Amino acid sequence: MINAIVFLPLLAAIVAGLGNHMLGNTIAKIITTGALFISCALSWPIFLGFMTGELTAQVHPVLTFIQSGDLVVDWALRVDTLTAVMLVVVTSVSSLVHLYSWGYMAEDDSQPRFFAYLSLFTFAMLMLVTADSLVQMFFGWEGVGLASYLLIGFWYHKPSANAAAIKAFVVNRVGDFGFSLGIFGTFLVFGTVSIPEILAAAPGYADASIGFLGARVDLMTLLCLLLFVGAMGKSAQLGLHTWLPDAMEGPTPVSALIHAATMVTAGVFMVCRLSPMFEVSPTAMHVVTFVGAATALFAATVGTTQTDIKRVIAYSTCSQLGYMFMAAGVGAYGAAMFHLFTHAFFKALLFLGAGSVIHAMHHEQDMRFYGGLRRHIPLTYWAMMAGTLAITGVGIVGVAGFAGFHSKDAIIEAAFASGSTSGGVAYAVAVFAALLTSFYSWRLVFLTFFGTPRWAGSEHIQHAVHDAQGHDEGHQDAHAHDDHGHDHGHAVEGDAGYHPHESPATMLIPLALLSLGAIFAGWLWAPYFLDAQHGSAFWAGSIAFDEHLMHAMHEVPWWVKWSATIVMVTGLLIAIWAYVLDKTVPARFTAQFSVLYDFLLHKWYFDELYHVLFVAPAFWLGRVLWKKGDEGTIDRFGPDGIAALVAGTGAIARRAQSGYLYTYALVMLLGLAAAATWAMMG
Amino acid sequence: MGYPILSLLIGLPLIAAAICLFVDARTARWIALAATLIDLLLGLCLWTRYEIGGPQWQFTEHVALFGRFAWALGIDGIALLLIVLSVFLMPICIAASWEAIEKRVPEYMAAFLLMESLMIGVFAAQDLFLFYIFFEAGLIPMYLIIGIWGGANRIYASYKFFLYTLLGSVLMLIAMLWMANEAGTTDIPTLMAYDFPAQAQTWLFLAFFASFAVKMPMWPVHTWLPDAHVQAPTAGSVILAGVLLKMGGYGFIRFSLPMFPIASAELMWLVMGLSMVAVVVTSLIALVQEDMKKLIAYSSVAHMAFVTIGLFAFNRQGLEGALMVMLGHGLVSGALFLCVGVIYDRMHTREIARYGGLSNNMPKYALLFMLFTMASVGLPGTSNFVGEFLALVGAYEISSWVAFVATIGVILGAAYMLYLYARIAYGAARTEEAAAMPDLNAREVAMLVPIALAVLWMGVYPESFLAPMRNDVGSILARLAPAAPESDAKVSIGKPAAATAPDSHHSAEAHN
Repeated sequence: MINAIVFLPLLAAIVAGLGNHMLGNTIAKIITTGALFISCALSWPIFLGFMTGELTAQVHPVLTFIQSGDLVVDWALRVDTLTAVMLVVVTSVSSLVHLYSWGYMAEDDSQPRFFAYLSLFTFAMLMLVTADSLVQMFFGWEGVGLASYLLIGFWYHKPSANAAAIKAFVVNRVGDFGFSLGIFGTFLVFGTVSIPEILAAAPGYADASIGFLGARVDLMTLLCLLLFVGAMGKSAQLGLHTWLPDAMEGPTPVSALIHAATMVTAGVFMVCRLSPMFEVSPTAMHVVTFVGAATALFAATVGTTQTDIKRVIAYSTCSQLGYMFMAAGVGAYGAAMFHLFTHAFFKALLFLGAGSVIHAMHHEQDMRFYGGLRRHIPLTYWAMMAGTLAITGVGIVGVAGFAGFHSKDAIIEAAFASGSTSGGVAYAVAVFAALLTSFYSWRLVFLTFFGTPRWAGSEHIQHAVHDAQGHDEGHQDAHAHDDHGHDHGHAVEGDAGYHPHESPATMLIPLALLSLGAIFAGWLWAPYFLDAQHGSAFWAGSIAFDEHLMHAMHEVPWWVKWSATIVMVTGLLIAIWAYVLDKTVPARFTAQFSVLYDFLLHKWYFDELYHVLFVAPAFWLGRVLWKKGDEGTIDRFGPDGIAALVAGTGAIARRAQSGYLYTYALVMLLGLAAAATWAMMG
Repeated sequence: MGYPILSLLIGLPLIAAAICLFVDARTARWIALAATLIDLLLGLCLWTRYEIGGPQWQFTEHVALFGRFAWALGIDGIALLLIVLSVFLMPICIAASWEAIEKRVPEYMAAFLLMESLMIGVFAAQDLFLFYIFFEAGLIPMYLIIGIWGGANRIYASYKFFLYTLLGSVLMLIAMLWMANEAGTTDIPTLMAYDFPAQAQTWLFLAFFASFAVKMPMWPVHTWLPDAHVQAPTAGSVILAGVLLKMGGYGFIRFSLPMFPIASAELMWLVMGLSMVAVVVTSLIALVQEDMKKLIAYSSVAHMAFVTIGLFAFNRQGLEGALMVMLGHGLVSGALFLCVGVIYDRMHTREIARYGGLSNNMPKYALLFMLFTMASVGLPGTSNFVGEFLALVGAYEISSWVAFVATIGVILGAAYMLYLYARIAYGAARTEEAAAMPDLNAREVAMLVPIALAVLWMGVYPESFLAPMRNDVGSILARLAPAAPESDAKVSIGKPAAATAPDSHHSAEAHN
């Protein structure tokens, strides 16, 4: 059964990808979407089986992969609780995104290619989460990277999409650089790449040290941090996050599936999967906590200033991933996985909702040109509301709430309950970031759905209206997907005569189902993922589940429990004040604090910094090494120098041209052969 | 044994080459194709009949000629795979030259067939001087192919190619003569077990190194390769990158390592140092190339550095990884040069800036090119991943520095290959000719698809390739074990930094 779950999407991807136009849009879509729905239908019973405790961890071998001495790697599918959680997340979101794309991509020319990529991605992601060895995990890891690259650059005629795709791949490769070294080191130490064997042996190396680049360092800290660099790349943590916002160049369903719900959470999954290993190194745990905290804070601050609806959600994702790492860093792996689980539903919902808005607004993504959409696309509005209520964590302490209420508050409480310094820092950061989360999420809602229309300033809308009036046919195609971040005019009040339409059913059904997840997922599953008693039975050793911490989490002071709710309301009130009551507030704020505003608007200047530090020097060095090194030094004193010394290049060339040189070569060969023979005879 | 299959493999193309010289262009093409296809069948027959775990040297033939000089052939698993690689690429090369070569076709086909004989000879030779003759004579057809059927600046390129390789081969010959006198035999298997005096080993190693380092090519004796590739016709580039470069690696594993293990260990840092420089430097240079072939040529230098890194890691993962890189790179770089050739045939320019947007008008091409690009950057599931991964695992076991620097090459590799792909296949076509190019025809599909399947096969089930070489790598490791250098990891368990008890269950002798 697990074989079918994993390999059906691959099969579908191959058929749809190779069949392409011969197959036609509809058949390709039916094959891929059908495969995903089957996978999804098969995954839920497994998850429920682990919930009730009927199923136990199993490994299904598939094929030998690499055997080189002690290094033995098999293709194998591991199913335990942790995998089961990921299985339902991946297949559910993926199948809904497949369905959603029927509507969203309806006018695209290369639909089979798109659906093949989506299914290929799902296959790679499933290989990642079912991995029983670090090498297979790396296969899935790079596989999802490939699919992400292909999908970010799906509209390959756009230079910005190509640049974003390359950036995503290369930045992830920097993370993989750490991951690979971590695998090499792990094999060196443990003599195996099998995850269960490594986890079993890890505690024995608690005080071990190892030589690395000439220094002596703590062994487990080194290995964990190297592996964590990989997690940072894939999960867009501070320093290696720069690719994620740019990845929004891809079609919106891709952002929902890959860059929100599944692939970017692979880093969190990896840390949880290897949690017994991380537990051995307190230093590594502190680093994980701090990196998570820094990312949560950084991304939340940047999210408050962005005007592109997808970029706001992208930074929000980045920030929420920071929360998950904070949870993992303080040892609350259950809470990390729970937030991953609920986040998958509500963040996919937010992205797909945003896609529905973009669809309605004729591919306009700038929120400055939205406004008043509540009445025109009410279903999308309610879906987005469900997502926003979930991400901001609305709920009543001690009773129940939306998904994020259960999972995010658990992280905040666990950070406090852990009692360590890094836990304290994480608590403070998490609460402050929750304030920002509430603010930017509501800001998005108010700018998009409330107030009066500001559509008239949008070029996309102008084109749409223009086309609708039949003045300029044929323009539509060229602009259909031309949704790059252009800097067009100022927001103009008015609807320009444009009428946004609600999306088709194929797009609304996924929104509805994900809304259910955003509303109920937290309340339904919190006992399993988090509860001190149920939790350890549910996880059944698939993560390092800390019952004491989970217990302590419920015992935190009342003001800790309420802190998340208080800042959530505060953020909401500020957003109401600035975007509903007094709309001059944002402008006055940016004028007053222009330095801070620019700093945030330019995303802390990371891109500019990296360009100066890495990109430009690499090209400069390449040119110097080529022109001055290879041509200016090696050739000049090497072959060219010898030629000049002997007879001058011209003469050699002439002789060569007339055939002398190869005659010479033949003579040399025969002479040498003769010499050799002579030596032998003598 | 039945029939002398190795002699047949070598002789058949030789006879076909001779016939080619006396027929017209059309017939020559068909003869060449037929001969290479038959050789391919023979090669596959060789592979299926090769007994894994059987005697180290199989299909041996020995005919004494004058003096101690003998027609001695025989293969182990390593040679087997390289022969299979050669015979696999040859028919594809003939197909690639089908329309592209218009002048002096019979001579061209003859040169290629001669080259095939010599290549197989190199891998099958069991006599020192027989090896030398095959090894050096292989230069001549290549030299002719570049010099006669090459591009505008072909004379300079062929001259450079020749000059570089000449120096090395002279030194190697002298070393061989000395060895034959010292050991009293020219039998390679015997020499592989012969213990040369430690001091002599250093000199012998350096003499062989001069030849193999150029062939690899290693930095800084690599500058002939970009020129040779740029000027060579497509099929010439394929064979150059696919097989001729592998002779350097084969030389290291057949001669340098088993015959001079002490010197190999002593000079390990020379090789590692040059390889580390090569990985970073040539990758950076590849990043700024504007000529497609030059870019891939520089990437080849970087990839071959993984081979030397793996070989000189002195452990099983390193050696097997190096061999897998050789095979994988043979397929992938060959395929990449074919991809360049496909569009060069249509537009007659190698300038990257003149292409763009080929995904629109050439979707089949774009798909295959993408696959080979991904294989080149070592994506898991493709051939190159297995090799690079194992080579780097091996490197890390001996030195974290080497692994660290070499892994940087993996990042840069992604950068230059994806940048190349984006400029060629994505975006908008920058010239009208580029936008008007037709997609792959049946002949081109038939050339590229088999390589694509082989690349995936190697990537998903590398056991087919690792199994035949396992015992042979083991016997080389046995030769190397006494000299194997120590790892820098020195894992120590327990608080006090007592590095006196290194957890050495991973040094080379523990493997296998």
